Amino acid sequence: MGWTQKVLRVNLTKGTCQTEPLKMEWAQKYLGQRGLASKYLSEEVNPRVDPLSPENKLIFATGPLTGTMASTGGRYSVITKGALTNAIACSNSGGYFGAELKFAGWDMVILEGKAKKPVYLYIENEHAELKPADGLWGKSVWETEPEIRARHADPQIRIASIGRAGENLVRYACVMNDLDRAAGRSGVGAVMGSKNLKAIAVRGTSGVRVRDLPSFMAAVRTAREKLDPSPQRELFTSCGTMAMMDTTQKRGTLPTRNCRDVQFEGVEGINVAAMKRVRPTDGRPNLIGNKACFACTIACGRVSKIDPTHFSVQGKDGRYLGAQGGLEYESAFSMGPMCGIDDIEAATYANYICNEEGMDPISFGTTLAAAMELYEIGAITDKETGGVSFRFGSAEALVKGAEWAGLGEGFGKDLGLGARRLCEKYGHPDLAMVVKGQEFPGYDPRGMQGMGLAYATSPRGACHMKAKPWSDDFARVTPDGKAGLVKETQDEVAAIDSSGICFFATNVWTLDDLAPQIDAAIEGGWDAEKLMEVGERIWTLERKFNLDGGMTMADDTLPKRVLKEAAKTGPCKGTVAELGKMLPEYYALRGWTDTGVPTNETLSRVAV
Amino acid sequence: MLKSLHIDPGKCTNCLQCEMACSYENEGLFNPSKSRIKVFNFHDRFVPYTCTQCAEAWCLHACPVDAISVEASTGAKIVSDALCVGCKVCTIACPFGTVNYNHDTGKVIKCDLCGGAPACAEACPTDAITYIDADWTGYDRMRQWAARTDAHAHS
Repeated sequence: MGWTQKVLRVNLTKGTCQTEPLKMEWAQKYLGQRGLASKYLSEEVNPRVDPLSPENKLIFATGPLTGTMASTGGRYSVITKGALTNAIACSNSGGYFGAELKFAGWDMVILEGKAKKPVYLYIENEHAELKPADGLWGKSVWETEPEIRARHADPQIRIASIGRAGENLVRYACVMNDLDRAAGRSGVGAVMGSKNLKAIAVRGTSGVRVRDLPSFMAAVRTAREKLDPSPQRELFTSCGTMAMMDTTQKRGTLPTRNCRDVQFEGVEGINVAAMKRVRPTDGRPNLIGNKACFACTIACGRVSKIDPTHFSVQGKDGRYLGAQGGLEYESAFSMGPMCGIDDIEAATYANYICNEEGMDPISFGTTLAAAMELYEIGAITDKETGGVSFRFGSAEALVKGAEWAGLGEGFGKDLGLGARRLCEKYGHPDLAMVVKGQEFPGYDPRGMQGMGLAYATSPRGACHMKAKPWSDDFARVTPDGKAGLVKETQDEVAAIDSSGICFFATNVWTLDDLAPQIDAAIEGGWDAEKLMEVGERIWTLERKFNLDGGMTMADDTLPKRVLKEAAKTGPCKGTVAELGKMLPEYYALRGWTDTGVPTNETLSRVAV
Repeated sequence: MLKSLHIDPGKCTNCLQCEMACSYENEGLFNPSKSRIKVFNFHDRFVPYTCTQCAEAWCLHACPVDAISVEASTGAKIVSDALCVGCKVCTIACPFGTVNYNHDTGKVIKCDLCGGAPACAEACPTDAITYIDADWTGYDRMRQWAARTDAHAHS
């Protein structure tokens, strides 16, 4: 009911698949998806393991609302120790794969060990087996999905897989599903690659039941009546997340040229207007439509067609000319302004390559930005780049860099290290715009103090999806009062990420809108208060995993650049990220010591 | 007024709310694999597809046990589970593939218009699926083209 109460445990070393019951006492305390899988991981994996070793585990987890009619109820998460961060990783994805896994009867798949030869996991309802990935290993995501469907003569199989980036252990490799949806961050795809696991293919026909169907449908309808007519929903439908570009530009919080700048003079080339502008070359716009993930009534996903005359697609296979997943704000910022690039077609193409090869475009773009700065100061030369100019603004570097990184060719090997390892290798560690090794998303912490605190304290490093500081940050530049807001919304998001619905629905819904849907789906008496308790418990658990793995408060920091060099332009001109003013208050609010360690009282209060 | 399902693929986002509503209505759980309506993903177009309730229904005529009949109030061709023997002849007879076998029950399933209140149309967030006057499914498109033609005539 809501939960299928079944876990599939796959030992890749032994080649076995076993069914076990979901630990219901943990489900009541951690809900599902992010929270519940983090509990399993922290109970089963030594936090000090090398993330790319067989001792690490990889968990695919759904939430109680995954595969239901709750709007946006199609999410799943991949939980593991991250290859990019050496910290607990939790990457959330939409598409259709998560719902299909649930329809097959599984809350969760736990993968352990390492296969001797490349394999893929095939699940048809209760039946699960490992199959040789001969002929699949070495193929892109876009080739792997149709090939697996053809092998099983079943066009309705849903697939999560890695591309060549995951196979090559690119540190920010994703797990991709449904061609262009990604469990994107922290290198969960590299962990999958290290296990010689190419894909999980699922066909589920058992469906999902909920505890009280009439109450559930009533709760779903009520929540939709709030979501559907809201202006936030309308903006996401019409503009996608890309709507953010003009806001961050105006507010002076758009990371530009590796955070040298906070506004981008070329923004008109890479914003919503640019996506919708009719091109003089072929008389069509880049954006041709929008699409949804499973059960989503928002449909923020973009569908794009690239300019067929653009240099990036000349002499290439026709697959790049068809409709594909288009730019979101994060991929556009990272492969646009962050690299000083205003060529939306080049960014669209690089985004295709990220999807095709399974790379996180945020981390790739921010790593490329670091490489560009290293090139500008002479630490990287034409010798490394094979003669390609890596100056800020070089669309050629973006296009070539994405191809090389995906395939692990030439300078692509360095780009595949991620910004921290790249900048360390070339002697300028301060130029990596990272926290805990994870690259910045599209919000500069100087003009968004709350976001800075969220980056510094997120268990997976720089991340914009683990708190909700936006509206307050855009209204107030001061660091005052941010600690409480960040703490509260971190707990809220931890619960949302454990439920099976999408963060974006909660631009409109509060936990009071979400809780009745959860409560009607599962046992346990769920309200907003209980969800906040679960959220805080999850946050504390993730913190404990990282501390037990050797992290300290020294890892709760931001790059020197945003702490020391003031924003040069815009409404936040002259500001730096004032982390030192926020962090002690944040620790205190969390019930952690002044070095960021949860006290015994806190641990017993939140009952980790 | 007789109504029919009207599908506008240009509005579909592939969210599959219709498939879930269909399985909820007919099976009491969320299970797109048991949906009578399916959405097909052609990458740049998403196309919902289900039974069009043919006036001269091949499935009805093909059934050897008269398990398929016309519901007078809606015009839907409905399958009687009590009579259906699972022979699947109707699935062969249907030119559009919209009658399918359900191995869990040993019967065939097809769209029955939910007795006149199709759950798919109610669930659709974009009006890609509507339930409208069967004789005037082209009304909106006619009106759009009338406006466009008129504008051209006056420009």
